[in-house]
Amino acid sequence: MSKITRRKFLAGSVAGSAAIAMAPTKKAFGANLEGFPDGMGVLVDLTRCVGCRSCEAACNKEQKLPEPDKSFDDFSVFDERPHGEHRRPTEKTYTVVNRYDQTKTEPVYRKIQCNHCNEPACLTSCFVNAYKKTPEGAVIYNDKVCVGCRNCMIACPFNIPAFSYSSALNPIIKKCIFCYDTRLKDGQVPACVESCPQQVMLFGKRKELIRVAHARIRRSPGKYVDHLYGENEVGGTGWLYLSAVPFKEAGFNVSLPNEPIINNVKDFLAIVPMVLAIWPALFTGFHLLSTKGKSHGHGEGHSHEEQEEH
Amino acid sequence: MKKLAENGIQPHDAEMKSDGRKWSLMEKLLLGLTLDQYLQQVVRNKFNWLLALIFAIGIPLIVYRFIFGLGSVTHSSYDYPWGLLLGFGLFCMVPLSASGFMLGTSVELFGRHDFEPIERLALLNGLLGYLFAVVYLLVDLGQPWRLAYPMVYSFGPAAVLFLVGWHVATYLSVQLAEVSTAFFEWIGFRRGYEFIRKGTVGLTVAGVILSTLHQGALGALFVYAPGKVHPLWYSASFQWIHFFVSSIPAGLCMVICVSTVVIYTMKWRCDQRFIDNLDRITISLAKGAAMGLITYLFIKFLAVAHDNEWAYLTTGWGLWWLIEIGFGVILPLILLSIGIHHKNVNLCRIGALVTVLGVLLNRLNTSLITFNWHLYQEVPHILEVIISITIFAIYIMTYRFILNRLPILYQFKSRADA
Repeated sequence: MSKITRRKFLAGSVAGSAAIAMAPTKKAFGANLEGFPDGMGVLVDLTRCVGCRSCEAACNKEQKLPEPDKSFDDFSVFDERPHGEHRRPTEKTYTVVNRYDQTKTEPVYRKIQCNHCNEPACLTSCFVNAYKKTPEGAVIYNDKVCVGCRNCMIACPFNIPAFSYSSALNPIIKKCIFCYDTRLKDGQVPACVESCPQQVMLFGKRKELIRVAHARIRRSPGKYVDHLYGENEVGGTGWLYLSAVPFKEAGFNVSLPNEPIINNVKDFLAIVPMVLAIWPALFTGFHLLSTKGKSHGHGEGHSHEEQEEH
Repeated sequence: MKKLAENGIQPHDAEMKSDGRKWSLMEKLLLGLTLDQYLQQVVRNKFNWLLALIFAIGIPLIVYRFIFGLGSVTHSSYDYPWGLLLGFGLFCMVPLSASGFMLGTSVELFGRHDFEPIERLALLNGLLGYLFAVVYLLVDLGQPWRLAYPMVYSFGPAAVLFLVGWHVATYLSVQLAEVSTAFFEWIGFRRGYEFIRKGTVGLTVAGVILSTLHQGALGALFVYAPGKVHPLWYSASFQWIHFFVSSIPAGLCMVICVSTVVIYTMKWRCDQRFIDNLDRITISLAKGAAMGLITYLFIKFLAVAHDNEWAYLTTGWGLWWLIEIGFGVILPLILLSIGIHHKNVNLCRIGALVTVLGVLLNRLNTSLITFNWHLYQEVPHILEVIISITIFAIYIMTYRFILNRLPILYQFKSRADA
């Protein structure tokens, strides 16, 4: 619960001068947050995924997204390499399934969507506070205040948020919201999880899921890589992954820090109140020191020779 | 204008005409020429034809962008959300505008009145640079009409961009106030001039604070993207100070470059004080820039050592980093040092140009070239390039329009002097 009060505290801090309001930032994010205690998550077991794309279809329907370019039973999308990379979520698709070919074993399929971080980089980078981490665990977005700066797309370590560039009047960020509006807030299972015929995804409290995942690794140590992706990455994510192949081989970014992204920015945020507090006295002091005993005059009849040498 | 000057026509530079009458606003706008004379010199100038060509293509494109959305003029990249419009327009224009606070601080706070002849040029350079950085931003934002939201409607105070937004907005106001003294002189509003002059120290201190923070904050924006920005260009601890320190030589050298262009193309507008002092001031600014550059060089290597990234230097990206440092920092440092030592003004000017290009390269490297270094390389859409050039051309035109008129390069002769 302490998390809620911290966030409220942060929001309340705006009341003062907005520039000075940077000061409480460090304190607010300083502690090691472990997310909402009852936050939900999804455990994805990559060993079970067969790449049927049912989840993509379910998401499209649930979120009322536009018709896809290729139908959901067209598996040629797995061979698409836009810009030489695997597919990623776009303004028309909040989730995509990709195939990652392996040298020794069968190909691995992996579903990509917003991972719903405990301490989301998109949220902390947003200057109009359009993002919100709900107690249910979803990272949701308010398109009514979005200015369209796209800083969240820069900040997201998983390259999830997309932007509706094609709209001239109301371009907004498009990303998975954990079916928050239609399902999660009533305690229901997200559409993709419900649609999966292979039971790849397990929906539950994040804390429970971590226990379940480690139990699976313990039970079949030969089957899984001994790592639960998302348990610690960038401060922990709501969506967690188990894999039989090293995560790098399944297209995961394995160079992410375990610290939340915002921690990298704290060095800078911490100096802001210091500059605001110290610079006025420092530079007024310089002014007094360097003009003591000299005329304040401007230009008129000033001689430059004495300062020539500097 | 040169031809007119040969024929004995004097540009407007005083409150009163030689016969003791006041200049009217229309006469001031036409530089004291008749309408015919003014139009003739506009048409005679080849540079105006180039500007007209750029506007003829670019301005319809800007309108096109607002009708059909950003997607119509950019690659709509999800992986490179910030393209050339911000990579150049925001991240390059702002450091080149650091001149305002540098010269303001030197003259008004440190009492270096020997820099006074160029102070107003530096302040104007700062104001216009920021103003057009905001213009670039407005073209790039998805919903520019919501630009004021972080100020008045919905606050995200933990975000670095919140800081950038607030500080750029307040700093623009501060710079507008600083430059307004020239405007008040020109329109003859003596009391406004005196009112602003009284607050000079306060305004200048505010300028230093805001500049320190948002020059740094632009760097800190990229700290959100570890793993996207190449490690050699990324430093969680020092990014803000890299951006801040490099903005100092960038701003000073931009003033050297602009003053060089001015002295060669607009000499008629400069008064004797400006012309006589420019060589001396150029050398002094070069000294400041050289000190900034050597500090910058040192802290760039300090960051590599701090994060122990030496191994990256042997890779292809490492070579590119060394090229950036070699061309953008070490080469101008050598040029400026030799120029200062031999009091060779032209060498200092070349050094200044290389410094400016070096800082541009660093900003483009951070925001576009090494961004997503393990993904594909984004090459900006041709229309985005044309729009960027067009906005820059509007910037040059505005710059020249003001320099031609306001007492920036010359001292205004008030009634008392006449």
